[in-house]
Amino acid sequence: MDNPSDLTDLSAAELATALATRETSSGAVTRAYLDRIDALDGGLHAFLHVDHDGAVDAADEIDRRRAAGDDLPKLAGVPIAVKDLLCTVGQPTTAGSRILEGWLPPYDATVVTRLRRAGMPILGKTNLDEFAMGSSTEHSAYGPTRNPWDPDRTPGGSGGGSAAAVAARLAPLAIGTDTGGSIRQPGALTGTVGVKPTYGGVSRYGVVAMASSLDQVGPVTRTVLDAALLHEVIGGHDPMDSTSIDAPVPDLVQAARRGDVQGLRVGVVKELGGEGFQSGVQERFEESVALLTGAGATVVEVSCPSFEHALAAYYLVMPSEVSSNLARFDAMRYGLRAFPDGVEDPSAEQVMAATRDAGFGDEVKRRIILGTYALSSGYYDAYYGSAQKVRALVARDFEAAFREADVLVSPTAPTTAFRLGEKLEDPMAMYLQDVATIPANLAGVPGLSLPAGLAEDGLPVGVQFLAPLQCDDRLYNAGAALERLLLEKWGSPLTAEVTA
Amino acid sequence: MSDEPPTAPTPQISRDDVAHLAGLARIQLDEAELDRLGRELPKILESVATVSQALEGAGDVQPMSHPTPLRNVFREDVVRPSLKPEDALAAAPASEGQRFLVPKILGEE
Amino acid sequence: MTTTTELVPFEEAIARYEPVMGLEVHVELHTATKMFCGCPALFGGEPNTNVCPVCLGLPGALPVVNEKAVESAIRIGLALNCEIAEWCRFARKNYFYPDMPKNFQTSQYDEPIAFDGSMDVEVDGETYRIEIERAHMEEDTGKSSHMGGATGRIHGADYSLLDYNRAGIPLIEIVTRPIFVPAEKAPAVARAYVQQLRDLVLALDVSDARMDQGSLRADVNLSLRPHGTSMLGTRSETKNVNSFRSVERAVRYEVTRHAAILDAGRKVVQETRHFHEDTGTTSSGREKSDADDYRYFPEPDLAPVAPSREWVEELRKTLPEPPSERRRRLQAAWGFSDLEMRDTVGAGALDLVARTIDAGASPQSARKWWLSELARRANEQGVDLASLPISPEQVARIQALVDEGAINDKLARQVFDGVLAGEGDPDAVVASRGLAVVSDEGELSAAVDRAIEANPGVAEKIRAGKVAAAGALIGAVMKEMRGQADAGRVRELVIAKLS
Repeated sequence: MDNPSDLTDLSAAELATALATRETSSGAVTRAYLDRIDALDGGLHAFLHVDHDGAVDAADEIDRRRAAGDDLPKLAGVPIAVKDLLCTVGQPTTAGSRILEGWLPPYDATVVTRLRRAGMPILGKTNLDEFAMGSSTEHSAYGPTRNPWDPDRTPGGSGGGSAAAVAARLAPLAIGTDTGGSIRQPGALTGTVGVKPTYGGVSRYGVVAMASSLDQVGPVTRTVLDAALLHEVIGGHDPMDSTSIDAPVPDLVQAARRGDVQGLRVGVVKELGGEGFQSGVQERFEESVALLTGAGATVVEVSCPSFEHALAAYYLVMPSEVSSNLARFDAMRYGLRAFPDGVEDPSAEQVMAATRDAGFGDEVKRRIILGTYALSSGYYDAYYGSAQKVRALVARDFEAAFREADVLVSPTAPTTAFRLGEKLEDPMAMYLQDVATIPANLAGVPGLSLPAGLAEDGLPVGVQFLAPLQCDDRLYNAGAALERLLLEKWGSPLTAEVTA
Repeated sequence: MSDEPPTAPTPQISRDDVAHLAGLARIQLDEAELDRLGRELPKILESVATVSQALEGAGDVQPMSHPTPLRNVFREDVVRPSLKPEDALAAAPASEGQRFLVPKILGEE
Repeated sequence: MTTTTELVPFEEAIARYEPVMGLEVHVELHTATKMFCGCPALFGGEPNTNVCPVCLGLPGALPVVNEKAVESAIRIGLALNCEIAEWCRFARKNYFYPDMPKNFQTSQYDEPIAFDGSMDVEVDGETYRIEIERAHMEEDTGKSSHMGGATGRIHGADYSLLDYNRAGIPLIEIVTRPIFVPAEKAPAVARAYVQQLRDLVLALDVSDARMDQGSLRADVNLSLRPHGTSMLGTRSETKNVNSFRSVERAVRYEVTRHAAILDAGRKVVQETRHFHEDTGTTSSGREKSDADDYRYFPEPDLAPVAPSREWVEELRKTLPEPPSERRRRLQAAWGFSDLEMRDTVGAGALDLVARTIDAGASPQSARKWWLSELARRANEQGVDLASLPISPEQVARIQALVDEGAINDKLARQVFDGVLAGEGDPDAVVASRGLAVVSDEGELSAAVDRAIEANPGVAEKIRAGKVAAAGALIGAVMKEMRGQADAGRVRELVIAKLS
């Protein structure tokens, strides 16, 4: 089974089996993906950096170990792409920003360490909105990523690179990060599976911080089972992250293999859908709900009134943390150092200010200024303080909803993939892309988006499940069930056809 | 983090305010950027200022700074390896004598 | 700015104004590792050797709290009679400065781990209660060196070099409430408070508490108000005063400076000031401004700290005895008079004397060396006793050499010189300087004979029974022996030979 296109068609679970039974080798798989990246990524720009040598070396090493009879982890030899927000030794980490152009971190993110330990060759680093701030990947300082379904459209964001790479089969798996929907919304727009684990479920150590209390790392895959397999590799307690949960991760792969919604109480969140949602998106969502009902789930409507204010709260909490987290980019210890024009013998202070002007893009500056305002004296209570209270209300609404339902369900994003440039000049319109994904980040609960077929415009639609804190297994159970039902209905996996 | 009751100030933010904030945030914004943010920020603030409405009638709500109820996450006082100085300094824009070299510092702390 | 104003003498100033002080003391903990990472909490060595992604503020790095630092903070809080928070958080203090890697300091803001405490300070036999507002945990900054230019100071430098070994070392900041004491006592009370705080953290064994090395730093806030008024005046904040003596002098100077400004009908500027050891004056630092909007918010990367009551009570059991009880106990044990005890405490020598006694010296000898010989030298050098490069163990050893008769008091002073000059331990100094008392009877006897021969008149008087005259001969012998003789033995020889 060494035909390159066959290899790149396989899911990660299938690849793992083929590798374990030695039907193929990690070297062959990794080279097939690298060849495909070389052939296709010029048009897509899903990658900011491709590590040909490092990936092949890691693959060959796994093949040697397998030949030597080593007992290898499940996904050993399956290559993966990593969002360029995670620190990687030996590969630049830019966060999609000029201010970190060419930065070579002296340490690996914990998630990257776990991928290496699992024997997974890292193909390269994927594109993203600068510092993960955006919903279209157009805010990358290195140019936008295009949607494999239509190159005139965005793949969503901020993790457009990871989603496009997986959708276009440039990687079987990818790592994303989700602060307000950056894994799930691109998943919806590219027809991929994306999971935001419970806050604290996956280590943030070595992940360039955007908003610390909201950021979470998660899998980007083509199937629900693949996501569970990858989640188990990266999840679990990390003593280097004080917000990491010190408890065993529930058995996610088992849940994904079960995929049974018989008797499951599924809550449809009244506030997440309807007005403002594209009709084709709404149709696919309702179809999914009907499929779940048909498979024996009990569908109930739940109301989470505070969700109406979640977006507003998010756009206060997030920029506040951003303004502080991004203060360290100051030209003193690493990264860009720019000098002010026309100033002879500039001071450190002037160099800092000039560097932060030259090195940050418009969206990043907008959020830093907004966050600086929200935290400044006299405004703290009205803005940041109130936002954190709304956040508590959102968590309270989730608790109430989860008394009535085992999982919640909603459309992932209000629209299908939009055109490049369409929302670039209208920040508020762009922010609305995350209206359905943000509540989960505010409350810390896990969410999974999976492809639910195509809308009237022929573009993919995503449906998301949400579960209580530390009940990520419920997402995989419900997600796998819906995935199977949709597959039966739509007939084939809904992948994009990408040609050079 | 004080006890003042939250009030929703009318989100008026002038171009001068933006310049002041940019100073606090250490970003040397140019004139065009100040103009643009001076136009955009009031709109954004107007929409986010609705957070205080959400609290009307909500009673006493504790602000939520952390999404999980973790407490007392500590590390034992045991030394771990530091970076090699050459790795610590590898990305420095400039260095001298194993120290980070930066332009003259004007202000004091 | 206002330094041209003629200063008002202290006594005049306090006749018209009442000083109100606030003291902020930073105690650097001597934990093995830093506050939020596993790097050694050591600085002063090779630059940037004790740094990692966390304390360098690299993108993606996250802090984890050092449990020992929390424990130390709680113990300090308990020793200061503070309440210990049931629940508190770290906060970020946001401001840009090159020696601060994240451009925010992880500190505590309105939720300190310890609050509402007090410490009784004794000055001239009177006890003053200093109220403690709070003690909170935070991290230290890196160190910048300003290069080029004429002075090596911040102004006029060409560039700066940064060493982050100190960045992230745990600090406990202890803040008093406004201190109201009789005006004339204010400088001494400030000094006594810092001294006593230092003794306390040493007894707790949480810090080296060396002011000269910056592991204990005091900021002196001071304002004046006319006697009989209740509104507080505008205060100045004199930063990083680095000796007990300087704390006292800084208070004294700021009183005279504020008084001059107020007398002239002008306004005191709210600003930070620097204290200058050489002149005993302060100079203007940085004025308070809009830029002091620190935008504090709870640190999202750290979980709240909620010490269990069991833990707190367990730590309470590890506290040393309270300072006032300890003073009473030691005074009784040492047999010091009230005056002797007061002088010892006042000189900041209580701990030094105690440790010298622990190392084997008698109470009176320990007191004598620290309060006379060493106090004089510290005074000459303008440093605190504790900063002298001599340990209580070394002082005890010198006394032991005297007790053994190996040296006498005069030679002991030379041994002090040697130890303070860095020539090594007392025994090494005695050996290298050749200071041992001469006990060779033949040599001594010959020297006595020579002295008798050279002073026939004196010898005659002694023969005639005027034994008191022996002193002149003893002096002559001691001079010849360059002090290295046992004076008692010389006296015996003189009298034996002349009777």
